[in-house]
Amino acid sequence: MNTLLPILKKEFLGYFRSPVGYVILAVFHLLAVGLAFFSGYYRSNQASLDIFFSFVPWIFLFFIPATGMRLWAEENRSGSIELLMTLPISISSAVIAKFLAAWGFIGIALGLTFSLAITTGYLGDPDWGKIISGYFACLLIAGSFLSISSLCSAMTKNQVIAFVISVLICFFATVLGSQFLASLVNKLPTAIANVVSNFSYLIHFQTMTRGLIELAALSFFLTTTAAFLAINIIILKR
Amino acid sequence: MVEVDNLKKSYGSLQAVKGVSFTIEKGEILGFLGPNGAGKSTTMKMITGYLSPTSGTARVQGFDVQTHPIEVKKRVGYLPESSAAYPEMTVVEFLTYVAEARGITAKDEISDRLGDVIIKCHLQKVQGQTIETLSKGYRQRVGLAQAILHDPSVLILDEPTDGLDPNQKYEVRKLIKGMAENKAIILSTHILEEVEAICTRVIIVDEGRVVVDESPEDFKARKPGAKIDEIFRELTNKNSYA
Ligand SMILES: Nc1ncnc2c1ncn2[C@@H]1O[C@H](COP(=O)(O)OP(=O)(O)OP(=O)(O)O)[C@@H](O)[C@H]1O
Ligand SMILES: [Mg+2]
Repeated sequence: MNTLLPILKKEFLGYFRSPVGYVILAVFHLLAVGLAFFSGYYRSNQASLDIFFSFVPWIFLFFIPATGMRLWAEENRSGSIELLMTLPISISSAVIAKFLAAWGFIGIALGLTFSLAITTGYLGDPDWGKIISGYFACLLIAGSFLSISSLCSAMTKNQVIAFVISVLICFFATVLGSQFLASLVNKLPTAIANVVSNFSYLIHFQTMTRGLIELAALSFFLTTTAAFLAINIIILKR
Repeated sequence: MVEVDNLKKSYGSLQAVKGVSFTIEKGEILGFLGPNGAGKSTTMKMITGYLSPTSGTARVQGFDVQTHPIEVKKRVGYLPESSAAYPEMTVVEFLTYVAEARGITAKDEISDRLGDVIIKCHLQKVQGQTIETLSKGYRQRVGLAQAILHDPSVLILDEPTDGLDPNQKYEVRKLIKGMAENKAIILSTHILEEVEAICTRVIIVDEGRVVVDESPEDFKARKPGAKIDEIFRELTNKNSYA
């Protein structure tokens, strides 16, 4: 644990040492609140964050890879990886520390959108359980996307490549459960369709934003996160 | 303190290190010489645990790098060839991070250690500056400061005086020599006077193999009256301009 902390701290503060972190935060905030606003959040007369939550996976598709792309690619490019790997820290600690730092940064971005929830609570009488479980779902899907981005980042010294590849993977993982794919899958036998949708980020996410903390959804996000981080560790061990 | 036994490293089909062996004890300063691409950096990276060898072993104070990497890394201070650091951090932030990551957590101890290396490496003037704004020589000194911060028993320095001005070269050599008493030090260099000035032993590698391993005196005695770089040239130039 005490070997985790210094890296975690350094990485987390790293987001604020250059303008990049602030830019990512601002763009995320504007997109999230702006999209919710323009698509009728204030007009719908519903005291809920459903509209906001429906956008989150799609915004995360870009926001999370943008947050995670630098984690390892930057170290690989500048050569500081050599320094990191000769500190008395295990590779798994380093991977987890970096992951937690980026996750914390995303937590802040999400936390800032809580203004929406507060306005909702002020204007109406929302189902707080649903809002909390929705935010919880956001954190989980973010963690899973982030583990994908971290893995992609570890495989290259080019942040742009890390970004593009992780957006593609996250996109594919998300549409596995979208309407669009569902219509294609319709032509498949139901058994296969069910298997495919078990791997859908979107379906598990939607379950949770409906206020249900299902074991299947929870374990799906946690398992995928752990699995991608494990591959990340193996890759760095070379 | 450091035992290297038949280390080999291949990058794909290229054999960069073809079986390097040596042992060094406390108090020794080993000058690691050889032409560009001889395999000096690769060998050093394997001893520090950054690269895993294709075969062979490296031990530091009895710990095998491959089976006990953390134990080895605790005991080694390493200055990489690139002397890379984190550009957005200030010198003090960076050194604090390294100290913490090396398990030094008490605030007083961190400031003691930092104060010490900042003076030793002459960084007072730039300590509040971000690393990206430093000149090459200062970056090199930050790298050196980072390597000696935890007072390691083994120091591995890849071209420590590269990019330093003549005064700093002199200072850094003095610093290295001053630390040698209770450490084992390996340094690579292309500056042959450096070897005469501070090293207690010379190893020349060429094309991944050790071709010379002796004291600087014996090395010079190979050809009395000749300059040390003449001898170097004769030993390593066999196929260059044939
Ligand atoms: N990552 C790598 N991939 C492929 N080949 C490499 C890699 N790193 C080094 N090499 C090759 O291994 C050989 C030894 O390189 P090394 O960096 O150890 O040389 P060196 O003795 O430190 O040289 P220099 O004096 O220029 O620093 C060289 O032929 C180099 O091209
Ligand atoms: Mg080298």
